[in-house]
Amino acid sequence: MLSPAIMRSNALSPMRSSGTTAASATTLSILPDAAKLVFRGKTEAIEAAGAHFGVKPSLEACRFAAVGGRSVYWLGPDEWLFQAVNEDPIEVFGGMSVALQAQACSLVDVSHRSDGIAVAGPTAALVLNHGCPLDLSLKAFPVGMCTRTVLGKASLLLSRSEEHVFHVDVWRSFAPYVWQFLDEARSLS
Amino acid sequence: MLLINCPYCGPRPEAEFANGGQAHIARPADPMSLTDDEWAAYLYMRDNTKGLHHERWRHANGCGRFFNASRDTTTDVIKRTYRMGERPEAEHQGAKP
Repeated sequence: MLSPAIMRSNALSPMRSSGTTAASATTLSILPDAAKLVFRGKTEAIEAAGAHFGVKPSLEACRFAAVGGRSVYWLGPDEWLFQAVNEDPIEVFGGMSVALQAQACSLVDVSHRSDGIAVAGPTAALVLNHGCPLDLSLKAFPVGMCTRTVLGKASLLLSRSEEHVFHVDVWRSFAPYVWQFLDEARSLS
Repeated sequence: MLLINCPYCGPRPEAEFANGGQAHIARPADPMSLTDDEWAAYLYMRDNTKGLHHERWRHANGCGRFFNASRDTTTDVIKRTYRMGERPEAEHQGAKP
């Protein structure tokens, strides 16, 4: 069997050492690996899933809820993303699937699929707007909001954890592209 | 850029959406009883409306859901969007809703 270190390597790890452009008010950083589960089901099942996970999922559109390192993102009217930072995906998935045995729903482990980038700084929204057409003002995109959207040619999950901190969750194959896109954008702004 | 009002997420930029063709085309209940011409008409023939057109859209880079939109093909103005399973409003119903 492959060791977990071989099975899971962050697509952004080469970016750490590659020379990033100099002084900018906005910083890019690689978010720690996390267990990620995509849940699809009706209200009754999502409430049961949230109760087991320890985070009450938002039923309001485009909002996420977080408790410690665990968070639940609203993706669609019957779709949520469960994320547990620095936890073992196999354990989290096992626990959730046992808890949801009696429910009609779907739960898929997608931990390997995407990597996270934090975009932080007073001009973070401006940097993201180089490739993302959403209105990222605090009024239209408040803290606690999350949504799938586009950045340049890539599709990603964008969330705002603080006024000046955005988290980007992007599929592995697009991750280097998005990193370089943001790096170039922050050197311009 | 056009803003399209997703019934689930609210107004979003056009780049997040994918068009899904004409809406409200029901699959024939008993395809075996149809002639080849009737089946071909169901599969391929679509309205080419000048004016109000009801079509499907998918919020592909957003909530991922399909919904319907009533769009004026002469001005490209989307008059209304509504969820799957709903009918277009009476005043918006064209010759063929």
